[in-house]
Amino acid sequence: MKFKNIRFWASLALVVILTCSFVMAGKAITIKGSDTLLMLGQRWAELYMQKNPGVVIQVTGGGSGVGIAALINGSTDICQASRSMKDSEKKKLRERYFNMGTEIPVAKDGVTIYVNEKNPVDELTLDQIRDIYTGKTTNWSQLGGSDAKIIVYGRENSSGTYVFFRESAMKNADYTSSMQSLPGTAAVVNAVAKDKFGIGYGGAAYAKGVKEVAIKTAKGSFRPTAETVKSGQYPLARDLYWYLRGKPSGEIKKMVAWVLSPEGQEVVKKVGYFTVK
Amino acid sequence: MSLKKRRFKYLGESLIEGNIKITATFAIVVVFLIFLFIMRESLPIFFNSEVQQEITFGQFFNGIAWQPVSDNPRFSLWPIILGSLKVTLIALFLAVPVAISAALYSSEFAGRRLKEFIKPAVELLAGIPSVVLGFFALIVMASFLKNIFGWEIRLNAVNAGIALGFAVIPSIYSLAEDAINAVPRSFREAALGLGASPWQTALKVVLPAALPGVSAAVLFGMGRAVGETMVVLMAAGNAPLFSFNPLNSTRTMTATIAAELGEVVFGSGHYHALFFIGLVLFLVTFAINMTSWVLFDGLMSKLYGAKK
Repeated sequence: MKFKNIRFWASLALVVILTCSFVMAGKAITIKGSDTLLMLGQRWAELYMQKNPGVVIQVTGGGSGVGIAALINGSTDICQASRSMKDSEKKKLRERYFNMGTEIPVAKDGVTIYVNEKNPVDELTLDQIRDIYTGKTTNWSQLGGSDAKIIVYGRENSSGTYVFFRESAMKNADYTSSMQSLPGTAAVVNAVAKDKFGIGYGGAAYAKGVKEVAIKTAKGSFRPTAETVKSGQYPLARDLYWYLRGKPSGEIKKMVAWVLSPEGQEVVKKVGYFTVK
Repeated sequence: MSLKKRRFKYLGESLIEGNIKITATFAIVVVFLIFLFIMRESLPIFFNSEVQQEITFGQFFNGIAWQPVSDNPRFSLWPIILGSLKVTLIALFLAVPVAISAALYSSEFAGRRLKEFIKPAVELLAGIPSVVLGFFALIVMASFLKNIFGWEIRLNAVNAGIALGFAVIPSIYSLAEDAINAVPRSFREAALGLGASPWQTALKVVLPAALPGVSAAVLFGMGRAVGETMVVLMAAGNAPLFSFNPLNSTRTMTATIAAELGEVVFGSGHYHALFFIGLVLFLVTFAINMTSWVLFDGLMSKLYGAKK
């Protein structure tokens, strides 16, 4: 009986605290979307709040698709996306708010192929990557590695990175059904770091404890660096976006300007992505 | 007791009774409304011609590929049904012996002190959020098991099944313990009186008498395991493979809904397909829980006569 009482009071207290925090945060700017951009968004928010006391910013992940849906539903102010909006999504936005929204590229990224640090394979062509992810190539020995099965990791299909990778690396072919889809790039990196024969993909900023594979093209072999991503030599380079429902105004306009300023772009470099300009 | 006081007591009781009735009715109505909502969202697969261009009912059982985000989307339910089944069975394989022997021990053999310790301890286990279990299975347990057994694939059905087993042990334990406790004292006394040892009494008299209740507990645990989401989403590798091999990655119905509902375009075929999975899950868990309830009720009337 006593135990039940405690539980009751604890849950009541929790409800009160939650309600209060929502009321207090009434004028918060909400940022939601891509898990690839989550780290960067949080860093920006922290710094911006430090410099502008009184502004409250909430950053959450969930995936680009989740962020875009939230933008359309009006439950977030800024959507972070690691892919550009699909036509069907743009159409929905237009139907609801009678404008096209605003697309702001805020950073650049090279989608990186990770393998385990012990893996001798150091470079792959786009064709080889596609064959791995479609399930045509299943053994590392076919790629100059040891004789072992390739364990393929990827993201779930709510991820912008999943869609980007399918479009640009796989020419829209289907992923092999034995690909293990993990929640978040951090989980993919963790899996590859622990799995000697694993391969995964994700944002360049996450490549810690794993080996980045160079991608071999007709012009040479490239790793995702500031130079190759900006020049477009790295074949899996992409823009990372902020989407707004309308034209930026008020505090959001100020924040966008700051994010694109040299100071904001310095954060991009620190986190591990590449600047827009 | 004066008449006034008695009347007051009566009023209080009827208030409480009314309150309980309203709460119970409300709960039933809510469950029913949820069912209606899931029904409504999955019906377009049968009736809406626009949706049917993308997906039809037949597609759910045709082929073995779940590949909804594709130029040529395929929506076969077989791999994810098999996945749910596989993980559930592994979880029960682990949880049932542990939970039932724990229940038997704590109600038949443990002293009062130990009993008072075991029960809250197991209930504490029930309090571990499943996301924590999933996280543990994803980061720690997967590598640990892989290193010991040399599995090719780290995140597989066994890995998820073990973590899921921990999540369902408390539910099975507490229901099974209730069932065993419900066996009347006279049964035990009669057995002991005939010269049976405590072990013989427990295994050959008490456990068989409580069997309907114990099977109800197992079914209840099964319902929990089928419906559990977070652990399987994180620890099973989430590859929609149609494979009976427990050492392959697998994807369950719940994990499919959880991973994909965030992205789907509202009103698309994929969206309605996810709700159809929800409907299947709802019906399955409902049937399992109903059976479990009927069994438990049967136990009670078996032990205490037709009416309680």
